[in-house]
Amino acid sequence: MIRIENVSFRHRTAPILSDVSLTIPKGGVVALIGPNGAGKSSLLSLVARLQPLQAGEIEIDGLPVHTTPGRQLAKVVAILRQDTTVASRLRVRELVGFGRFPHGRGRLTDADHAVIDAALARFDLTDLADRFIETLSGGQRQRALVAMAFAQGTDYLLLDEPLNNLDMYYARELMRSLRAAADANGKTVVIVLHDINQASAHADRIVAMRGGRIVADGAPADILTPDTLEAVFGFRMRVEAIEGKPFVLHQL
Amino acid sequence: MVMAERRLLVLAAAALLCIAAFLAIGLRGNIAFVLELRLLKLAALVQVGVAIALSTVIFQTVTGNRILTPSVMGLDALYLFGQMLMIFLLGGIGYVALDPQLKFGIEVLLLMALASALLLPMLRSRLDMGLMLLAGVVFGVLFRSLYALLARLIDPNEFAVAQTASFANFNAVRTDLLVFAAIVTAVAAVVAWRSRHVLDVVSLGPDTATGLGIGWAGTVTGLLLLVSALVAVSTALVGPVAFFGLLVAALAERIVGTRRHGVLLPAAGLAGIVVLVGGQTLFQHALGNATALGVVIEFVGGLVFLLLLFLGSRK
Repeated sequence: MIRIENVSFRHRTAPILSDVSLTIPKGGVVALIGPNGAGKSSLLSLVARLQPLQAGEIEIDGLPVHTTPGRQLAKVVAILRQDTTVASRLRVRELVGFGRFPHGRGRLTDADHAVIDAALARFDLTDLADRFIETLSGGQRQRALVAMAFAQGTDYLLLDEPLNNLDMYYARELMRSLRAAADANGKTVVIVLHDINQASAHADRIVAMRGGRIVADGAPADILTPDTLEAVFGFRMRVEAIEGKPFVLHQL
Repeated sequence: MVMAERRLLVLAAAALLCIAAFLAIGLRGNIAFVLELRLLKLAALVQVGVAIALSTVIFQTVTGNRILTPSVMGLDALYLFGQMLMIFLLGGIGYVALDPQLKFGIEVLLLMALASALLLPMLRSRLDMGLMLLAGVVFGVLFRSLYALLARLIDPNEFAVAQTASFANFNAVRTDLLVFAAIVTAVAAVVAWRSRHVLDVVSLGPDTATGLGIGWAGTVTGLLLLVSALVAVSTALVGPVAFFGLLVAALAERIVGTRRHGVLLPAAGLAGIVVLVGGQTLFQHALGNATALGVVIEFVGGLVFLLLLFLGSRK
């Protein structure tokens, strides 16, 4: 369970998050949505202890994230940030292999290699395994980064806009993989999404943020209504039901 | 991957060849005496080569930047400044009277303290390359100017004490510090080798490294202290060298074709030995003009620096 209590965060004097409280039970896919600058990425990076906590408390499975040793936490939660760049000259397999670092501190066992191979296969990277990262397209690189987070083998997976750069096919494949991981292996996935319809199709729960606060929280059918969406994004959009799921026609 | 290891072996063979040539070429007269002299010098050159190569690779990984080196960031100027400060405070006689090993120990600790006080705030905000370079140049000028200021304040005799320490000279290495420096280098090399996997993760940047369970601030502080100790060793033994580290790190990476530290660290150390010991042998015997090695290394290293800067700016 991820427990976020009364978390506030400011960048210099600009408030980013104001008194956010959120509990995410174990298992399932939770989508974070909201306009640019709503504080979604900040919330995610605070949960993953990438930023110092200024006010409030965050726990994952009872471990307070900002005082628990990094090594221990890295076996519980993995994060993929938005716009992660790989400066180092690495092959895809080496990059995905870094996901196993928390377990063996760099020494890869046969079991580790099996996990790496499975992650490569899962994200359709087996043929690219020996390519250098810098020779890949944006979408292929994004898949390699997701595979690395997957290979970390944690119960909690925090993904910040992982669909960036992915084409329709791989965006759908990634969402399906996350869904499968949540259903089959009991993983907890918290994912920042801009494509609301992906959230509708694959998430169990949607948390909407605006101006550093949580403004709506519930099942996709409850959140994806014209009124709630207008409160979150500031304009009215059409919502149609297809096969019982709400789809938002925000392009119209 | 197998290829990288094979190339590492070739590099090791080349290093051994250079060492053998350095010891054996032109050996005549009192062989035991000459050999002892050469062994002492060899030990110093090997140490300097390894120390500069390792410190450069680690520094580049920590800063996430392949153009920065400790000396570009003014670390060796900082060391000389610390040395001058000691001469200024203790007086030339007092400084010379100090036990050289104690003196060296104090200088190393001084550099570690000053370097971490300066660099850690910069690394915490992970400035981009342009800013880092600029800050490094400013720091370098600042410390050289402070050094010059102190040099003007002390009397000429004391200045002579300081000056002998402040020029790169591969021909007149300080053999009195050799044992102590060897211990520092060996310990640092072992620590660096044991940190090779951590260094691999550090090269992914602070966010990804933290996500993989690295305590960023603590790890970076430790690595910078390691770099400071290595810079102090090489600067104490031969004086400041600006571009040697850059040359060797770029060479090693080009040869083994990977940034994996398990391969890159030994490759850089070996390349350092090849360039320094091999170059010194060449200059002593083939060209008969040993003092110019420092100049040539700086010249070639400077060209590599410009080349990397040029290639980097085109990406």
